[in-house]
Amino acid sequence: MQETISIRVNGAHRRVAAGISVADLARELGLEPAKVAVERNLEIVPRSTLAQVAVEDGDDYEIVTFVGGG
Amino acid sequence: MSDTWSVAGRTFTSRLIVGTGKYKSFEQNAAAVEASGAQIVTVAVRRVNISDPGQPMLTDFIDPKTVTYLPNTAGCFTAADAVRTLRLAREAGGWELVKLEVLGEAKTLYPDMRETLKATETLVAEGFKPMVYCVDDPIAARQLEEAGAVAIMPLGAPIGSGLGIQNRVTIRLIVEGAGVPVLVDAGVGTASDAAVAMELGCDGVLMNTAIAEAKDPIVMARAMKLAVESGRLAYLAGRMGQRRYADPSSPLAGLI
Repeated sequence: MQETISIRVNGAHRRVAAGISVADLARELGLEPAKVAVERNLEIVPRSTLAQVAVEDGDDYEIVTFVGGG
Repeated sequence: MSDTWSVAGRTFTSRLIVGTGKYKSFEQNAAAVEASGAQIVTVAVRRVNISDPGQPMLTDFIDPKTVTYLPNTAGCFTAADAVRTLRLAREAGGWELVKLEVLGEAKTLYPDMRETLKATETLVAEGFKPMVYCVDDPIAARQLEEAGAVAIMPLGAPIGSGLGIQNRVTIRLIVEGAGVPVLVDAGVGTASDAAVAMELGCDGVLMNTAIAEAKDPIVMARAMKLAVESGRLAYLAGRMGQRRYADPSSPLAGLI
C-alpha cells in the first residue's frame, strides 16, 4: 500500500501520497499552479519553486486566488 | 488635452477605479468594467474552492493583462491579516501595487487607523506600494503618506452606504496637504457624488456598490465614467465664485 501523509488545505484535513511536491498537490486538487498562490505553514511558497518544495506530514496550506471584491 | 495621473510609477488616463464584487454574473461585471472605462479594478484574495475547482474565475472574464488588478484586503481586521493577505496577493499576481484596508468593526466598516498605519509600515518595508483606505482625516492622511503610502484613499461615507461625500471640507484638506494621489474610496452612491469628489480636486474615485447595485449596472458604469470626467474638467476649469445674492446674466444697459 502507498504511504500517505496528513496535511491541512484551506482549513480541511486531507491525506495525500508521501513524496509529492506542492505543484503536484495543486494539480491533484484540480488547480492550475500558475493561477493560485500558496502559503505553507504561514510562509509563501514562490510560484517558481512549487515543483521543488515537497509536501510534508503535518503541513498546513492556504491556497488562494483572486475573486470579485471592492 | 492629455490629463493623466500616476501612482507608483504607472500612468493612467481613467480616474475611475471600480470594484468587482456584488455583480450578478462575471459577464455583467466585465461589461460594467468596459462601460466604466476603468483601467484598474479592485479584487479580493480568497481561498480557492477545492470542492469545485472547475468553477469559472474572475480572470477568465477580466484580463489582468489589459486591466490592472488591485488586490485589496477587504475583510481584514488586523494589520497582520492584511499583510498576510497581500503577501499571497503579490505571489498570485506578481505585482507590488495593492490596496490596503484594515477595518475596525463590521457595523460601520470604518478603518482602524492604528492597524492601518502599522500595516502600511510593514508593507512598505517589504517593497509593496500600498494605496491606503483611510478615514477622512488630514492628519491620518499625512501620517500614511509619511509611512510610504503611494495613494491616500479617504472614505466619502461608509463602505456600501451610497450616502455620498459627507465631509467635503476634510476631503479638500486632504487633497491640499497630500503629495501623493488622493482618491475617494467608498460612499459614492450616484454620479453626482463622483463628480463632487473630482470637483474637490481628488485624483480619482474608487467605487463598487454604486455600480454593482444599480438597477442597470452597465448604464450606471457609463454614468460614473462621465461624472468623473465631468467633475475633473470642472475642477480644471476652475469654478465661479459663490455669491449670496443674484447677479444677472443679461446686461443692464440698453433696457427698454
